[in-house]
Amino acid sequence: MGAHGVQKIDEKEFDIGSHWIGKLPLVGLVLGILGLGASIALGLGDKEQFFFSYHVSYMYFLSIALGAFFFVIVQFAAKAGWSVLLRRIAENLAGILPFFILLGIPLVLGSHTLFHHWADETVRETDPFIVHKAPYLNEPFFYIRMAFYFVVWAVLSSIFRKKSVSQDTSGDRKTTRFLQNLSYPSIFLFALTITFASVDWIMSMDPHWYSTMFGVYYFSGSLVAIYASLIIVAMALQSHTGFGKVFNVEHFHDVGKLMFAQTAFWAYIAFSQFFLIWYANIPEETLFFKHRIEGSWMGVSVALAIGHFVIPFIFLLPSQMKRNKAVLLVGAVWMLLVHFLDIYWLIMPVHQHHGMHITVLDVTTFVGLGGLFLAIFGWYMKQAKIVPTKDPRLAESLAFENIV
Amino acid sequence: MSQPDEKKAFGLLAEFETPKALYLACEKVRDAGYKKWDAHSPFPVHGLDKAMGLKPSVLPWIVAVMAVIGGVGGFFLQVWINVSAYPQVISAKPYVSWPAFVPVTFELTVLLSAFGAVFGMFGLNKLPQLYHSLFESDRFARVTDDKFFISIEADDPQFGTQATKELLSQAGAVHIEEVQS
Repeated sequence: MGAHGVQKIDEKEFDIGSHWIGKLPLVGLVLGILGLGASIALGLGDKEQFFFSYHVSYMYFLSIALGAFFFVIVQFAAKAGWSVLLRRIAENLAGILPFFILLGIPLVLGSHTLFHHWADETVRETDPFIVHKAPYLNEPFFYIRMAFYFVVWAVLSSIFRKKSVSQDTSGDRKTTRFLQNLSYPSIFLFALTITFASVDWIMSMDPHWYSTMFGVYYFSGSLVAIYASLIIVAMALQSHTGFGKVFNVEHFHDVGKLMFAQTAFWAYIAFSQFFLIWYANIPEETLFFKHRIEGSWMGVSVALAIGHFVIPFIFLLPSQMKRNKAVLLVGAVWMLLVHFLDIYWLIMPVHQHHGMHITVLDVTTFVGLGGLFLAIFGWYMKQAKIVPTKDPRLAESLAFENIV
Repeated sequence: MSQPDEKKAFGLLAEFETPKALYLACEKVRDAGYKKWDAHSPFPVHGLDKAMGLKPSVLPWIVAVMAVIGGVGGFFLQVWINVSAYPQVISAKPYVSWPAFVPVTFELTVLLSAFGAVFGMFGLNKLPQLYHSLFESDRFARVTDDKFFISIEADDPQFGTQATKELLSQAGAVHIEEVQS
Protein backbone atom coordinates (compact mmCIF):
# COMPACT_ATOMS: atom_id res chain seq x y z
CA MET A 1 0.00 0.00 0.00
CA GLY A 2 1.38 3.28 -1.32
CA ALA A 3 3.23 5.77 0.78
CA HIS A 4 2.42 4.30 4.19
CA GLY A 5 5.56 4.32 6.26
CA VAL A 6 8.78 5.55 4.69
CA GLN A 7 10.98 2.71 3.52
CA LYS A 8 14.54 2.94 4.80
CA ILE A 9 17.49 1.74 2.79
CA ASP A 10 20.95 0.65 3.82
CA GLU A 11 23.35 2.89 1.92
CA LYS A 12 26.17 0.38 2.16
CA GLU A 13 24.21 -1.99 -0.05
CA PHE A 14 24.33 0.40 -3.00
CA ASP A 15 27.92 -0.01 -4.08
CA ILE A 16 28.36 -2.09 -7.19
CA GLY A 17 30.40 -4.56 -5.12
CA SER A 18 31.01 -7.92 -6.73
CA HIS A 19 28.25 -7.56 -9.34
CA TRP A 20 29.42 -8.33 -12.88
CA ILE A 21 28.78 -4.77 -14.09
CA GLY A 22 31.88 -3.93 -12.01
CA LYS A 23 33.91 -6.12 -14.38
CA LEU A 24 32.75 -4.21 -17.46
CA PRO A 25 35.71 -1.77 -17.55
CA LEU A 26 38.17 -4.60 -18.16
CA VAL A 27 35.96 -6.64 -20.51
CA GLY A 28 34.85 -3.52 -22.38
CA LEU A 29 38.36 -2.23 -22.77
CA VAL A 30 39.54 -5.54 -24.22
CA LEU A 31 36.56 -5.64 -26.62
CA GLY A 32 37.11 -1.99 -27.50
CA ILE A 33 40.79 -2.40 -28.31
CA LEU A 34 40.20 -5.63 -30.24
CA GLY A 35 37.25 -4.16 -32.16
CA LEU A 36 38.84 -0.84 -33.02
CA GLY A 37 42.20 -2.51 -33.77
CA ALA A 38 40.52 -4.89 -36.20
CA SER A 39 38.54 -1.99 -37.69
CA ILE A 40 41.67 0.03 -38.33
CA ALA A 41 43.47 -2.97 -39.82
CA LEU A 42 40.50 -3.69 -42.11
CA GLY A 43 39.95 0.00 -42.73
CA LEU A 44 43.37 0.42 -44.28
CA GLY A 45 42.07 -1.69 -47.14
CA ASP A 46 38.74 0.15 -47.52
CA LYS A 47 38.93 3.61 -45.98
CA GLU A 48 35.53 4.75 -47.18
CA GLN A 49 33.72 1.75 -45.71
CA PHE A 50 35.62 2.21 -42.45
CA PHE A 51 34.50 5.81 -42.06
CA PHE A 52 30.88 5.00 -42.86
CA SER A 53 30.74 1.94 -40.60
CA TYR A 54 32.38 3.88 -37.79
CA HIS A 55 29.95 6.75 -38.31
CA VAL A 56 26.95 4.40 -37.94
CA SER A 57 28.26 2.99 -34.64
CA TYR A 58 29.28 6.43 -33.43
CA MET A 59 25.85 7.97 -34.05
CA TYR A 60 24.24 4.90 -32.48
CA PHE A 61 26.10 5.04 -29.16
CA LEU A 62 25.94 8.82 -29.16
CA SER A 63 22.15 8.58 -29.37
CA ILE A 64 22.06 6.43 -26.22
CA ALA A 65 24.25 8.88 -24.29
CA LEU A 66 22.21 11.86 -25.52
CA GLY A 67 18.98 10.10 -24.64
CA ALA A 68 20.37 9.47 -21.15
CA PHE A 69 21.25 13.13 -20.75
CA PHE A 70 17.74 14.10 -21.82
CA PHE A 71 16.28 11.62 -19.32
CA VAL A 72 18.31 13.13 -16.48
CA ILE A 73 17.42 16.77 -17.20
CA VAL A 74 13.74 15.97 -17.71
CA GLN A 75 13.56 14.16 -14.36
CA PHE A 76 14.99 17.23 -12.64
CA ALA A 77 12.81 19.67 -14.58
CA ALA A 78 9.66 17.68 -13.78
CA LYS A 79 10.69 17.09 -10.14
CA ALA A 80 10.05 13.42 -10.86
CA GLY A 81 9.91 11.10 -7.88
CA TRP A 82 9.35 7.67 -9.41
CA SER A 83 12.58 7.67 -11.42
CA VAL A 84 15.11 8.47 -8.71
CA LEU A 85 16.24 4.83 -8.50
CA LEU A 86 17.09 4.90 -12.22
CA ARG A 87 18.68 8.32 -12.37
CA ARG A 88 22.24 7.35 -11.47
CA ILE A 89 22.31 4.80 -14.30
CA ALA A 90 21.20 7.51 -16.73
CA GLU A 91 23.69 9.99 -15.25
CA ASN A 92 26.47 7.48 -15.81
CA LEU A 93 25.37 6.84 -19.40
CA ALA A 94 25.19 10.59 -20.05
CA GLY A 95 28.59 10.95 -18.40
CA ILE A 96 30.07 9.13 -21.41
CA LEU A 97 29.34 12.21 -23.55
CA PRO A 98 32.74 13.92 -22.93
CA PHE A 99 34.47 10.82 -24.30
CA PHE A 100 32.64 11.24 -27.58
CA ILE A 101 34.97 14.15 -28.30
CA LEU A 102 37.89 11.72 -28.48
CA LEU A 103 35.83 9.07 -30.23
CA GLY A 104 34.81 11.72 -32.77
CA ILE A 105 38.32 12.03 -34.21
CA PRO A 106 37.51 9.63 -37.11
CA LEU A 107 34.61 11.94 -38.00
CA VAL A 108 37.07 14.77 -38.52
CA LEU A 109 39.62 12.59 -40.30
CA GLY A 110 36.95 11.18 -42.57
CA SER A 111 35.04 14.39 -43.15
CA HIS A 112 35.95 14.47 -46.82
CA THR A 113 34.61 10.95 -47.22
CA LEU A 114 31.46 11.31 -45.13
CA PHE A 115 30.58 14.82 -46.25
CA HIS A 116 32.27 14.90 -49.64
CA HIS A 117 29.05 16.16 -51.25
CA TRP A 118 29.69 19.55 -49.71
CA ALA A 119 33.17 19.37 -48.15
CA ASP A 120 34.78 18.97 -51.57
CA GLU A 121 35.68 22.37 -52.98
CA THR A 122 35.05 21.62 -56.64
CA VAL A 123 31.54 20.39 -55.81
CA ARG A 124 30.91 23.38 -53.59
CA GLU A 125 31.70 25.80 -56.37
CA THR A 126 29.89 24.11 -59.22
CA ASP A 127 26.74 22.60 -57.68
CA PRO A 128 24.10 25.39 -57.57
CA PHE A 129 22.39 23.84 -54.54
CA ILE A 130 25.60 23.65 -52.56
CA VAL A 131 26.66 27.15 -53.59
CA HIS A 132 23.61 28.54 -51.88
CA LYS A 133 24.06 26.35 -48.83
CA ALA A 134 27.77 27.17 -48.53
CA PRO A 135 27.33 29.93 -45.90
CA TYR A 136 26.21 27.14 -43.55
CA LEU A 137 27.85 24.06 -45.02
CA ASN A 138 31.53 24.99 -44.99
CA GLU A 139 34.32 23.40 -43.04
CA PRO A 140 35.32 26.18 -40.61
CA PHE A 141 31.73 26.75 -39.50
CA PHE A 142 31.12 22.98 -39.36
CA TYR A 143 33.97 22.56 -36.87
CA ILE A 144 32.92 25.59 -34.83
CA ARG A 145 29.45 24.08 -34.46
CA MET A 146 30.92 20.68 -33.65
CA ALA A 147 33.03 22.24 -30.89
CA PHE A 148 29.94 23.99 -29.54
CA TYR A 149 27.90 20.76 -29.35
CA PHE A 150 30.74 18.92 -27.64
CA VAL A 151 31.34 21.66 -25.09
CA VAL A 152 27.64 21.89 -24.20
CA TRP A 153 27.24 18.13 -23.82
CA ALA A 154 30.51 17.54 -21.98
CA VAL A 155 30.12 20.42 -19.51
CA LEU A 156 26.43 19.90 -18.71
CA SER A 157 26.54 16.10 -18.41
CA SER A 158 29.60 16.35 -16.15
CA ILE A 159 27.93 18.92 -13.90
CA PHE A 160 24.80 16.81 -13.52
CA ARG A 161 26.75 13.66 -12.74
CA LYS A 162 29.30 15.25 -10.38
CA LYS A 163 26.74 17.27 -8.43
CA SER A 164 24.40 14.32 -8.05
CA VAL A 165 27.25 12.08 -6.87
CA SER A 166 28.40 14.74 -4.40
CA GLN A 167 24.90 14.67 -2.87
CA ASP A 168 25.48 11.02 -1.88
CA THR A 169 27.94 12.17 0.79
CA SER A 170 26.76 15.69 1.57
CA GLY A 171 23.01 14.98 1.57
CA ASP A 172 22.59 18.64 0.67
CA ARG A 173 19.07 19.38 -0.57
CA LYS A 174 20.29 22.54 -2.30
CA THR A 175 21.99 20.31 -4.87
CA THR A 176 18.61 19.11 -6.07
CA ARG A 177 17.33 22.67 -6.36
CA PHE A 178 20.50 23.76 -8.18
CA LEU A 179 20.27 20.94 -10.72
CA GLN A 180 16.57 21.60 -11.17
CA ASN A 181 17.30 25.23 -12.04
CA LEU A 182 20.08 24.14 -14.37
CA SER A 183 17.82 21.63 -16.09
CA TYR A 184 15.61 24.26 -17.75
CA PRO A 185 18.34 25.98 -19.81
CA SER A 186 19.82 22.50 -20.34
CA ILE A 187 16.65 21.36 -22.09
CA PHE A 188 16.86 24.38 -24.38
CA LEU A 189 20.53 23.75 -25.18
CA PHE A 190 19.91 20.04 -25.62
CA ALA A 191 17.13 20.62 -28.15
CA LEU A 192 19.30 23.06 -30.05
CA THR A 193 22.43 20.91 -30.11
CA ILE A 194 20.82 17.53 -30.89
CA THR A 195 18.84 19.08 -33.74
CA PHE A 196 21.80 20.80 -35.34
CA ALA A 197 24.19 17.93 -34.64
CA SER A 198 21.93 15.43 -36.41
CA VAL A 199 21.46 17.86 -39.30
CA ASP A 200 25.22 18.41 -39.55
CA TRP A 201 26.39 14.85 -39.06
CA ILE A 202 23.69 12.83 -40.80
CA MET A 203 21.44 14.98 -42.95
CA SER A 204 24.28 16.97 -44.54
CA MET A 205 25.77 13.74 -45.89
CA ASP A 206 23.13 14.12 -48.59
CA PRO A 207 23.10 17.93 -48.88
CA HIS A 208 20.66 18.13 -51.79
CA TRP A 209 18.00 16.79 -49.51
CA TYR A 210 16.53 18.46 -46.47
CA SER A 211 13.82 17.78 -43.94
CA THR A 212 12.76 20.14 -41.20
CA MET A 213 11.80 17.13 -39.05
CA PHE A 214 15.19 15.48 -39.14
CA GLY A 215 16.37 16.63 -35.72
CA VAL A 216 13.22 15.32 -34.07
CA TYR A 217 13.59 12.05 -35.94
CA TYR A 218 17.05 11.41 -34.50
CA PHE A 219 15.82 12.55 -31.06
CA SER A 220 12.84 10.18 -31.13
CA GLY A 221 15.17 7.27 -31.89
CA SER A 222 17.52 8.26 -29.08
CA LEU A 223 14.63 8.20 -26.61
CA VAL A 224 13.68 4.66 -27.64
CA ALA A 225 17.33 3.71 -27.15
CA ILE A 226 17.66 5.18 -23.66
CA TYR A 227 14.49 3.59 -22.27
CA ALA A 228 15.54 0.23 -23.73
CA SER A 229 19.01 0.69 -22.22
CA LEU A 230 17.61 1.60 -18.80
CA ILE A 231 15.43 -1.51 -18.82
CA ILE A 232 18.38 -3.72 -19.74
CA VAL A 233 20.72 -2.23 -17.10
CA ALA A 234 18.01 -2.36 -14.41
CA MET A 235 17.33 -5.97 -15.40
CA ALA A 236 21.04 -6.80 -15.13
CA LEU A 237 21.04 -5.19 -11.67
CA GLN A 238 18.17 -7.38 -10.47
CA SER A 239 20.84 -9.82 -9.25
CA HIS A 240 22.43 -6.98 -7.23
CA THR A 241 21.57 -7.33 -3.53
CA GLY A 242 20.66 -3.71 -2.88
CA PHE A 243 19.13 -2.71 -6.20
CA GLY A 244 17.25 -5.98 -6.74
CA LYS A 245 15.37 -5.47 -3.48
CA VAL A 246 14.07 -1.97 -4.21
CA PHE A 247 13.64 -1.86 -8.00
CA ASN A 248 10.51 -3.84 -8.71
CA VAL A 249 7.93 -4.57 -11.36
CA GLU A 250 6.21 -1.21 -10.79
CA HIS A 251 9.32 0.65 -11.93
CA PHE A 252 9.81 -1.68 -14.88
CA HIS A 253 6.20 -1.11 -15.88
CA ASP A 254 6.76 2.64 -16.03
CA VAL A 255 9.98 2.54 -18.05
CA GLY A 256 8.23 0.02 -20.30
CA LYS A 257 5.36 2.46 -20.81
CA LEU A 258 7.82 5.19 -21.78
CA MET A 259 9.62 2.89 -24.22
CA PHE A 260 6.28 1.89 -25.73
CA ALA A 261 5.26 5.54 -26.04
CA GLN A 262 8.52 6.40 -27.78
CA THR A 263 8.11 3.68 -30.42
CA ALA A 264 4.78 5.28 -31.27
CA PHE A 265 6.36 8.74 -31.20
CA TRP A 266 9.13 7.55 -33.53
CA ALA A 267 6.54 6.17 -35.94
CA TYR A 268 4.59 9.43 -35.81
CA ILE A 269 7.70 11.46 -36.68
CA ALA A 270 9.00 8.99 -39.27
CA PHE A 271 5.66 8.82 -41.03
CA SER A 272 5.11 12.59 -40.89
CA GLN A 273 8.48 13.07 -42.57
CA PHE A 274 7.73 10.46 -45.22
CA PHE A 275 4.14 11.53 -45.75
CA LEU A 276 4.80 15.17 -46.66
CA ILE A 277 7.67 14.26 -48.97
CA TRP A 278 5.58 11.56 -50.65
CA TYR A 279 2.59 13.84 -51.12
CA ALA A 280 4.45 16.88 -52.45
CA ASN A 281 6.67 14.73 -54.66
CA ILE A 282 9.34 17.42 -55.15
CA PRO A 283 12.58 15.94 -56.55
CA GLU A 284 14.94 17.59 -54.07
CA GLU A 285 12.94 16.12 -51.19
CA THR A 286 12.18 12.67 -52.59
CA LEU A 287 15.88 12.00 -53.15
CA PHE A 288 16.32 10.69 -49.62
CA PHE A 289 13.61 8.07 -50.00
CA LYS A 290 14.62 7.28 -53.59
CA HIS A 291 17.98 6.04 -52.28
CA ARG A 292 16.20 4.02 -49.64
CA ILE A 293 13.81 2.14 -51.92
CA GLU A 294 16.52 1.08 -54.35
CA GLY A 295 17.53 -2.58 -54.42
CA SER A 296 17.64 -4.32 -51.08
CA TRP A 297 17.21 -0.98 -49.25
CA MET A 298 13.48 -1.31 -49.97
CA GLY A 299 13.42 -4.43 -47.84
CA VAL A 300 15.29 -2.63 -45.05
CA SER A 301 12.84 0.29 -45.16
CA VAL A 302 9.85 -2.04 -44.83
CA ALA A 303 11.59 -4.07 -42.12
CA LEU A 304 12.26 -0.85 -40.22
CA ALA A 305 8.62 0.27 -40.33
CA ILE A 306 7.41 -3.14 -39.16
CA GLY A 307 10.24 -3.87 -36.72
CA HIS A 308 10.47 -0.42 -35.17
CA PHE A 309 6.74 0.22 -34.92
CA VAL A 310 4.18 -2.47 -35.83
CA ILE A 311 5.73 -5.38 -33.91
CA PRO A 312 6.73 -3.49 -30.73
CA PHE A 313 3.42 -1.59 -30.70
CA ILE A 314 1.35 -4.77 -30.62
CA PHE A 315 3.88 -6.61 -28.45
CA LEU A 316 4.16 -3.93 -25.76
CA LEU A 317 0.50 -2.79 -25.80
CA PRO A 318 -0.98 -5.02 -23.04
CA SER A 319 0.05 -3.89 -19.55
CA GLN A 320 0.87 -7.50 -18.62
CA MET A 321 3.67 -7.50 -21.21
CA LYS A 322 5.34 -4.55 -19.48
CA ARG A 323 4.89 -6.14 -16.05
CA ASN A 324 6.59 -9.39 -17.04
CA LYS A 325 10.34 -8.89 -16.61
CA ALA A 326 11.47 -11.51 -19.13
CA VAL A 327 9.05 -10.28 -21.79
CA LEU A 328 10.02 -6.65 -21.20
CA LEU A 329 13.71 -7.57 -21.50
CA VAL A 330 13.02 -9.19 -24.89
CA GLY A 331 11.23 -6.01 -25.97
CA ALA A 332 14.10 -3.78 -24.82
CA VAL A 333 16.79 -5.83 -26.56
CA TRP A 334 14.67 -5.85 -29.72
CA MET A 335 14.27 -2.06 -29.62
CA LEU A 336 18.02 -1.54 -29.22
CA LEU A 337 18.62 -3.77 -32.25
CA VAL A 338 16.06 -2.08 -34.51
CA HIS A 339 17.36 1.29 -33.36
CA PHE A 340 20.72 0.24 -34.78
CA LEU A 341 18.97 -0.68 -38.03
CA ASP A 342 17.39 2.79 -37.98
CA ILE A 343 20.75 4.58 -37.72
CA TYR A 344 22.26 2.21 -40.28
CA TRP A 345 19.38 2.99 -42.65
CA LEU A 346 19.93 6.72 -42.18
CA ILE A 347 23.65 6.68 -42.94
CA MET A 348 24.68 3.71 -45.03
CA PRO A 349 22.60 4.31 -48.21
CA VAL A 350 24.73 7.43 -48.78
CA HIS A 351 27.67 5.10 -49.33
CA GLN A 352 26.01 1.98 -50.73
CA HIS A 353 23.69 3.37 -53.36
CA HIS A 354 22.06 0.33 -54.83
CA GLY A 355 21.55 -2.07 -52.00
CA MET A 356 22.65 -3.04 -48.55
CA HIS A 357 25.63 -5.25 -48.01
CA ILE A 358 26.82 -5.82 -44.48
CA THR A 359 30.57 -5.76 -44.03
CA VAL A 360 32.89 -7.05 -41.33
CA LEU A 361 33.69 -3.41 -40.56
CA ASP A 362 30.09 -2.82 -39.45
CA VAL A 363 30.58 -5.51 -36.82
CA THR A 364 34.10 -4.59 -35.69
CA THR A 365 33.37 -0.86 -35.31
CA PHE A 366 30.20 -1.73 -33.37
CA VAL A 367 32.08 -4.08 -31.05
CA GLY A 368 34.94 -1.61 -30.66
CA LEU A 369 32.84 1.45 -29.85
CA GLY A 370 30.36 -0.62 -27.83
CA GLY A 371 33.21 -2.09 -25.80
CA LEU A 372 34.59 1.33 -24.93
CA PHE A 373 31.06 2.60 -24.19
CA LEU A 374 30.46 -0.25 -21.73
CA ALA A 375 33.94 0.14 -20.23
CA ILE A 376 33.35 3.79 -19.39
CA PHE A 377 29.86 3.04 -18.12
CA GLY A 378 31.13 0.23 -15.88
CA TRP A 379 33.92 2.43 -14.60
CA TYR A 380 31.40 5.16 -13.67
CA MET A 381 29.20 2.58 -11.92
CA LYS A 382 32.16 1.65 -9.72
CA GLN A 383 32.94 5.27 -8.85
CA ALA A 384 29.75 6.03 -6.93
CA LYS A 385 26.58 4.56 -5.41
CA ILE A 386 24.34 2.99 -8.05
CA VAL A 387 21.32 4.99 -6.86
CA PRO A 388 21.28 8.56 -5.50
CA THR A 389 21.01 7.42 -1.88
CA LYS A 390 20.48 10.88 -0.37
CA ASP A 391 18.14 12.31 -2.99
CA PRO A 392 15.20 13.99 -1.20
CA ARG A 393 12.73 12.19 -3.49
CA LEU A 394 14.19 8.71 -3.01
CA ALA A 395 11.40 7.64 -0.64
CA GLU A 396 8.85 8.51 -3.32
CA SER A 397 10.65 6.28 -5.80
CA LEU A 398 10.90 3.40 -3.31
CA ALA A 399 7.16 3.50 -2.62
CA PHE A 400 6.18 3.95 -6.25
CA GLU A 401 3.17 1.97 -7.44
CA ASN A 402 1.01 1.90 -10.58
CA ILE A 403 -2.78 1.77 -10.60
CA VAL A 404 -3.58 -0.95 -13.10
CA MET B 1 -45.37 -11.42 -1.46
CA SER B 2 -43.40 -8.24 -1.72
CA GLN B 3 -45.31 -5.21 -2.81
CA PRO B 4 -43.77 -2.47 -4.97
CA ASP B 5 -44.00 0.24 -2.32
CA GLU B 6 -42.68 -1.89 0.53
CA LYS B 7 -39.30 -0.78 1.83
CA LYS B 8 -36.66 -3.40 1.28
CA ALA B 9 -33.21 -3.59 2.81
CA PHE B 10 -30.45 -2.45 0.46
CA GLY B 11 -27.73 -3.58 2.79
CA LEU B 12 -25.27 -2.35 5.38
CA LEU B 13 -23.14 0.75 5.34
CA ALA B 14 -20.04 0.85 7.53
CA GLU B 15 -18.05 3.97 8.24
CA PHE B 16 -14.26 4.15 8.73
CA GLU B 17 -12.04 6.96 9.94
CA THR B 18 -8.88 6.49 7.88
CA PRO B 19 -7.85 5.05 4.49
CA LYS B 20 -5.75 2.51 6.35
CA ALA B 21 -8.75 1.26 8.31
CA LEU B 22 -10.73 1.06 5.08
CA TYR B 23 -7.93 -0.88 3.41
CA LEU B 24 -7.66 -3.43 6.22
CA ALA B 25 -11.45 -3.81 6.41
CA CYS B 26 -11.63 -4.44 2.66
CA GLU B 27 -9.19 -7.30 3.05
CA LYS B 28 -11.44 -8.84 5.73
CA VAL B 29 -14.61 -8.48 3.66
CA ARG B 30 -12.83 -9.90 0.62
CA ASP B 31 -11.56 -12.89 2.61
CA ALA B 32 -15.05 -13.51 4.01
CA GLY B 33 -16.11 -14.19 0.42
CA TYR B 34 -18.54 -11.33 -0.27
CA LYS B 35 -19.21 -10.50 -3.91
CA LYS B 36 -21.77 -7.68 -4.00
CA TRP B 37 -20.06 -4.94 -2.07
CA ASP B 38 -18.10 -1.79 -2.65
CA ALA B 39 -15.65 0.58 -0.96
CA HIS B 40 -16.13 4.36 -1.04
CA SER B 41 -13.40 6.94 -0.53
CA PRO B 42 -12.97 10.68 -1.21
CA PHE B 43 -9.74 9.94 -3.11
CA PRO B 44 -8.01 6.95 -4.76
CA VAL B 45 -6.34 4.69 -2.21
CA HIS B 46 -3.27 2.91 -3.56
CA GLY B 47 -3.63 -0.85 -3.65
CA LEU B 48 -7.32 -0.82 -2.69
CA ASP B 49 -8.16 -2.83 -5.81
CA LYS B 50 -5.94 -5.62 -4.51
CA ALA B 51 -7.38 -5.37 -1.01
CA MET B 52 -10.88 -5.67 -2.49
CA GLY B 53 -9.82 -8.55 -4.73
CA LEU B 54 -11.03 -6.78 -7.87
CA LYS B 55 -10.34 -8.47 -11.17
CA PRO B 56 -8.67 -6.41 -13.94
CA SER B 57 -11.22 -4.30 -15.79
CA VAL B 58 -12.49 -5.43 -19.19
CA LEU B 59 -12.28 -1.81 -20.37
CA PRO B 60 -8.96 -2.32 -22.26
CA TRP B 61 -10.65 -4.97 -24.41
CA ILE B 62 -13.56 -2.65 -25.22
CA VAL B 63 -11.04 0.02 -26.24
CA ALA B 64 -9.05 -2.49 -28.32
CA VAL B 65 -12.14 -3.66 -30.22
CA MET B 66 -13.23 -0.05 -30.84
CA ALA B 67 -9.72 0.81 -32.05
CA VAL B 68 -9.75 -2.02 -34.58
CA ILE B 69 -13.23 -1.02 -35.79
CA GLY B 70 -12.07 2.61 -36.10
CA GLY B 71 -8.84 1.76 -37.88
CA VAL B 72 -10.20 -0.80 -40.32
CA GLY B 73 -13.43 1.15 -40.85
CA GLY B 74 -11.56 4.43 -41.40
CA PHE B 75 -9.24 2.88 -43.92
CA PHE B 76 -11.91 1.15 -45.97
CA LEU B 77 -14.20 4.15 -45.79
CA GLN B 78 -11.53 6.04 -47.74
CA VAL B 79 -10.96 3.15 -50.12
CA TRP B 80 -14.69 3.05 -50.86
CA ILE B 81 -14.90 6.83 -51.34
CA ASN B 82 -11.87 6.98 -53.62
CA VAL B 83 -12.65 3.92 -55.67
CA SER B 84 -16.42 3.79 -56.12
CA ALA B 85 -18.29 6.64 -54.45
CA TYR B 86 -16.37 9.64 -55.73
CA PRO B 87 -13.21 8.67 -57.62
CA GLN B 88 -10.85 11.58 -58.22
CA VAL B 89 -7.26 11.70 -59.39
CA ILE B 90 -5.30 13.75 -56.86
CA SER B 91 -1.65 14.71 -57.48
CA ALA B 92 -1.48 12.06 -60.22
CA LYS B 93 -1.59 9.37 -57.58
CA PRO B 94 -3.52 6.08 -57.77
CA TYR B 95 -7.04 5.99 -56.34
CA VAL B 96 -5.88 3.76 -53.53
CA SER B 97 -2.75 5.43 -52.16
CA TRP B 98 -2.41 4.06 -48.67
CA PRO B 99 -0.11 6.81 -47.28
CA ALA B 100 -2.81 9.38 -47.99
CA PHE B 101 -5.27 7.35 -45.91
CA VAL B 102 -3.09 7.13 -42.81
CA PRO B 103 -4.08 10.43 -41.10
CA VAL B 104 -7.83 9.71 -41.27
CA THR B 105 -7.27 6.06 -40.33
CA PHE B 106 -5.21 7.18 -37.36
CA GLU B 107 -7.72 9.81 -36.26
CA LEU B 108 -10.68 7.44 -36.48
CA THR B 109 -8.74 4.83 -34.51
CA VAL B 110 -8.11 7.38 -31.78
CA LEU B 111 -11.66 8.73 -31.89
CA LEU B 112 -13.36 5.36 -31.57
CA SER B 113 -10.86 4.26 -28.89
CA ALA B 114 -11.74 7.37 -26.91
CA PHE B 115 -15.46 6.70 -27.35
CA GLY B 116 -14.88 3.13 -26.24
CA ALA B 117 -12.94 4.28 -23.18
CA VAL B 118 -15.39 6.99 -22.06
CA PHE B 119 -18.70 5.30 -22.84
CA GLY B 120 -17.34 1.89 -21.87
CA MET B 121 -16.41 3.37 -18.50
CA PHE B 122 -19.92 4.85 -18.19
CA GLY B 123 -21.45 1.48 -19.01
CA LEU B 124 -19.27 -0.51 -16.63
CA ASN B 125 -19.95 1.98 -13.84
CA LYS B 126 -23.69 1.97 -14.63
CA LEU B 127 -23.62 5.71 -15.23
CA PRO B 128 -25.47 8.01 -15.47
CA GLN B 129 -27.32 6.97 -12.32
CA LEU B 130 -29.59 9.63 -10.85
CA TYR B 131 -30.47 7.78 -7.67
CA HIS B 132 -28.67 5.33 -5.44
CA SER B 133 -29.96 3.80 -2.21
CA LEU B 134 -26.84 4.93 -0.36
CA PHE B 135 -27.94 8.55 -0.84
CA GLU B 136 -30.55 7.81 1.82
CA SER B 137 -27.83 7.79 4.46
CA ASP B 138 -27.00 11.22 5.89
CA ARG B 139 -23.59 10.14 7.07
CA PHE B 140 -22.71 8.95 3.55
CA ALA B 141 -22.56 12.58 2.34
CA ARG B 142 -19.16 12.86 4.01
CA VAL B 143 -17.70 10.30 1.56
CA THR B 144 -16.85 13.25 -0.66
CA ASP B 145 -15.03 14.92 2.21
CA ASP B 146 -13.23 12.99 4.94
CA LYS B 147 -14.95 9.65 5.64
CA PHE B 148 -14.48 6.16 4.22
CA PHE B 149 -17.23 3.60 3.72
CA ILE B 150 -17.88 -0.01 2.84
CA SER B 151 -21.34 -1.01 1.64
CA ILE B 152 -22.45 -4.64 1.47
CA GLU B 153 -25.65 -5.42 -0.42
CA ALA B 154 -28.40 -7.58 1.03
CA ASP B 155 -28.53 -9.47 -2.30
CA ASP B 156 -25.15 -11.01 -1.59
CA PRO B 157 -25.59 -14.76 -0.92
CA GLN B 158 -23.23 -14.44 2.07
CA PHE B 159 -25.31 -11.65 3.58
CA GLY B 160 -26.92 -12.03 6.96
CA THR B 161 -27.77 -8.81 8.80
CA GLN B 162 -26.32 -9.93 12.11
CA ALA B 163 -23.29 -11.84 10.84
CA THR B 164 -22.31 -9.12 8.40
CA LYS B 165 -22.68 -6.46 11.09
CA GLU B 166 -20.36 -8.44 13.31
CA LEU B 167 -17.80 -8.82 10.54
CA LEU B 168 -17.84 -5.09 9.84
CA SER B 169 -17.47 -4.06 13.46
CA GLN B 170 -14.63 -6.54 13.91
CA ALA B 171 -13.05 -4.98 10.81
CA GLY B 172 -12.92 -1.65 12.64
CA ALA B 173 -16.06 0.17 11.53
CA VAL B 174 -16.86 3.15 13.77
CA HIS B 175 -20.51 3.25 12.72
CA ILE B 176 -22.76 0.72 11.00
CA GLU B 177 -26.24 1.40 9.68
CA GLU B 178 -28.88 -0.44 7.68
CA VAL B 179 -29.81 1.22 4.43
CA GLN B 180 -33.26 0.80 2.86
CA SER B 181 -33.68 0.71 -0.88
